[in-house]
Amino acid sequence: MAEFTMPSLGADMDEGTLSQWLVHPGDQVARGDVVAVVETAKSAIEVECFHSGTVDALLVDEGTTVPVGTPLARIGTSAESRPTTDRPPSTPLVRRLAQDRHVDLAAVHGSGPGGRITRADVEHSEPEPERAPEHAKSAGSSQPLHTGIRRQPGTEPARRKRSGSGAEAKPAPTTRSTKPVRSDDSTGERPVPPRVKSSPLARRLATELGVDLAEVTGTGRGGTVRAEDVRSAPAAEGAPRPAVPDMARAATARLMSRSKREIPHFYLSTTVDMAAALEWMHARNRELPLSARLVPAALLFKAVALAARKVPELNGHWVDDGFVPAEEVRLGIAVSLRGGGLAAPSLAHADTLSVVEVMAALKDLVARARGGRLRASETADPSLTVTNLGDQGVEVVFGVVYPPQVALVGLGRIVERPVAVKGLLGVRPMVTATLSADHRAADGATGARLLTAMDRLLQRPEDL
Amino acid sequence: MSTRTRPRAHPDDDSVTYREALREGLREALASDDRVFLMGEDVGRYGGCFGVSLGLLEEFGPDRVRDTPLSESAFVGAGIGAALAGLRPVVEIMTVNFSLLALDQILNNAATLRHMSGGQLGVPLVIRMTTGAGRQLAAQHSHSLEGWYAHIPGLRVLAPATIDDARHVLSAALVDPDPVLLFEHGSLYNAAGILDPSVRSVDLDRAAVRREGTDVTVVAYGGCVSKALEAAEELAGEGISAEVVDLRTLRPLDDATFVGSVRRTHRAVVVDEGWRSGSLSAEIESRICEQAFFELDAPVERVCSAEVPVPYARRLEEAALPQPAGIVAAARRVVS
Repeated sequence: MAEFTMPSLGADMDEGTLSQWLVHPGDQVARGDVVAVVETAKSAIEVECFHSGTVDALLVDEGTTVPVGTPLARIGTSAESRPTTDRPPSTPLVRRLAQDRHVDLAAVHGSGPGGRITRADVEHSEPEPERAPEHAKSAGSSQPLHTGIRRQPGTEPARRKRSGSGAEAKPAPTTRSTKPVRSDDSTGERPVPPRVKSSPLARRLATELGVDLAEVTGTGRGGTVRAEDVRSAPAAEGAPRPAVPDMARAATARLMSRSKREIPHFYLSTTVDMAAALEWMHARNRELPLSARLVPAALLFKAVALAARKVPELNGHWVDDGFVPAEEVRLGIAVSLRGGGLAAPSLAHADTLSVVEVMAALKDLVARARGGRLRASETADPSLTVTNLGDQGVEVVFGVVYPPQVALVGLGRIVERPVAVKGLLGVRPMVTATLSADHRAADGATGARLLTAMDRLLQRPEDL
Repeated sequence: MSTRTRPRAHPDDDSVTYREALREGLREALASDDRVFLMGEDVGRYGGCFGVSLGLLEEFGPDRVRDTPLSESAFVGAGIGAALAGLRPVVEIMTVNFSLLALDQILNNAATLRHMSGGQLGVPLVIRMTTGAGRQLAAQHSHSLEGWYAHIPGLRVLAPATIDDARHVLSAALVDPDPVLLFEHGSLYNAAGILDPSVRSVDLDRAAVRREGTDVTVVAYGGCVSKALEAAEELAGEGISAEVVDLRTLRPLDDATFVGSVRRTHRAVVVDEGWRSGSLSAEIESRICEQAFFELDAPVERVCSAEVPVPYARRLEEAALPQPAGIVAAARRVVS
């Protein structure tokens, strides 16, 4: 038996709110599956499970705030806790059929080998009598959630609040005539609420406004929920928002105050000639499909990551009055959130990724950070953070170190400048890179090495 | 010849027809640039099958306004040769149906030479032709195949829908260093209106918003723009505010304009006189879904021609083509 506990999703996190369970007792989970959504001061984060097995019990209700380390669920890791079921054996196809026909499999006599229920058994059995309307009415509020394991973030606005245990739920008739959608997990029998038919705009609005689509009466064709229906619906109470700007602002405020209070900063700055890097990037872009095209930030980030590997004295954390170098380069990417505040999701092993991979990861991370859908593993403390304000038009950024890290690289806009090159005046694309560092952990000379290494790397972009 | 030169549909007012507007554009082009000449079947002595070039032979002489034999492939090919040699030919093909006889020249030569010569050879050729139905000319003179040409890289495909666009489209097309196809909808030739003196040119890169609205975007081009506007008027009476976007250029498509409009209205109806399967309307709908899926509040509707050869009989022809009533119905479906 293993315990799934409230994870620490950042150095400054000491408690978290379990906003949503994505599994139920009896569900099979595998290591890495997303099992819950935890609301931190910064954003809602999907939390992965570190054990494989069967969910035995959920110990904490949705909406409860608990300290880091509190057991949230028990997971049976071996045969000790098979899902408690007396269901006769059946194949997934048969279960699907039974669900479509509202047939309760427990009531069906299996005529196949070993009592297995066959297709014919389902076809010949009586469907369950229609349930009382109040059951159907409560579908949105008390029915178990769509499992959502491995689902793509954002595809289904996870808005339904659950109060019942859901352990003995049975296929329920739907409020609308839509067919129940089969869950994609292996247990199969557990019913899922019907997919609410809604327009893409309505879906997006529902997420933004915190409206539970299942609670909205659709007025479009075939009961489709339209934007207007969402706008006129009351916001779901206590629904988790993708990002809570005030909390994010508060978290950033706390962290930055701590940084400026505790860390004696020093700052270095250098200008880097980007001509070679950009020329190489443009050549590379000609070979790449449009979707994979590089932007200068990818090269700059990769250069920072490699420089961090060469200067390990700045790649790590200040813990208990001492510097602890990190074992890998986890590059933190400072992302400004809509509505204020900052998130710094991390790019693991940034120094070993190709520039194209860095580019892809960057796009993905930024989009999900802004959507408030980061994975727990991505919020684990970065070893060095980069803040790039070039696209905001500024030329130089002097950042604030993100504790407990000891350094932060700031990148400005690439600007064409007259520069003397080999005794001649030329116009070159130049970028100003700055380093803000913790003087307790390093000195100017160390910082200078990092910036110089970065500059050198960018002069040989083909080696990035 | 002055009376023949400028026949007036409405001699009492200042309005001009689409046909006259095109002719003014041609006259201006011929007068302002010695390299420009017009050729095609019956463009000279007959004055053009649709009367667009009436009087131009007398004004500019047989070197500049040339009748050609009935051989689309030959005279389009000659146009390509003349363009390569430094002239600015305007070639008229009677209808888009006949243009298929010159498709080899248009697709394999005009559209590809720039690419195949590594940029050394451009074909600054303008090809004008009639398209569309609505005049009881039966299947072989009534089809809307401009979407096929809009499929071809290397071409610019235009469909002027208004008097002002007809007046100024040619000068803009002649500036293009590559082949430009001009599709004139047959039902528009007699449409009349007052030229806007403030319009001096046509921006070929931009679609035009012909009517602003907030509830649904109706995307149309060429002969269907007026039907879309008519539908918008009727919808306004029901309290539905329709925005009408005139594509104006079918290739390259100005998706920024119509997608931008859909982002505001959240609903779209695409009107296309071509057949639905594999049509320009399919491309437009696809781009809307690719670029503004999460802005959509209803599936995109299409109003296209029935997938039959356009019938001769008037009632059947009307039934086969997109009509304002069909556009209104589609708009109602997307907003309700």
